[in-house]
Amino acid sequence: MKFSILVSEGPYTHQSSDTAYQFAKAVLAKGHEIFRIFFYHDGVNNATRLTTPPQDDRNIVNRWSKLAEENNLDLVVCVAAAQRRGIVDEGEMKRNGKDATNLAPGFRISGLGQLIEAGIQSDRLVVFGD
Amino acid sequence: MTTKKFMMVNRKAPYGTIYAWEALEVVLIAAAFEQDVSLAFLDDGVFQLKKGHNTKGIELKAFEKTWGALEDYDVTKLYVDGDSLKERGLTADDLAVPVEVLSRADIGKLMEEQDVLLSF
Repeated sequence: MKFSILVSEGPYTHQSSDTAYQFAKAVLAKGHEIFRIFFYHDGVNNATRLTTPPQDDRNIVNRWSKLAEENNLDLVVCVAAAQRRGIVDEGEMKRNGKDATNLAPGFRISGLGQLIEAGIQSDRLVVFGD
Repeated sequence: MTTKKFMMVNRKAPYGTIYAWEALEVVLIAAAFEQDVSLAFLDDGVFQLKKGHNTKGIELKAFEKTWGALEDYDVTKLYVDGDSLKERGLTADDLAVPVEVLSRADIGKLMEEQDVLLSF
């Protein structure tokens, strides 16, 4: 089956990104396909590479990057939600006159159309939010 | 393009959190993709539709005009949970736009018919 996942909450504050991650791993382990993982609302904060949790805690951001690299996943951050919350890649930095980037490896910034497309293309769109 | 049935489920009061506003952005994009879009309002989400919001003092954009504009995007299916209204002392007359007031069971049935349910 073809799945897409929506993550709507930020890391550490809320369980939704942890649960989404565990779900994604289980989906792949069962041999299903993940079309896309989309990050919206405070979920975009899953995509900042500046996250530095204590050493004995899980690194939620690095975990996403690793999962994406190992499984060739499409991790998409909503551009409007990212702009509001200061998640920036090279293109956004230039476009908005900012002086830094913080998008973690394996993520890309794109529009909400990518979420709707995920809904259209996937057999199931599973929402992890509050 | 494939058309699917998308229902956006609005469960939270406006302004206190960003969910209602960013949900609206998803509604407009789904409409732009020519999907079969409907909105359901449950729990405190029914407050999003109440008439007469005055948001000047909190420096946020009010919703009321936006609901009226949804028709321009061919989004006309607005379903409201009648029990959620009643629990909050509201009736359909308190709402800014015409809606269909349904029982929880009927909203549940509509949800079963959807291809994609996005909850906010």
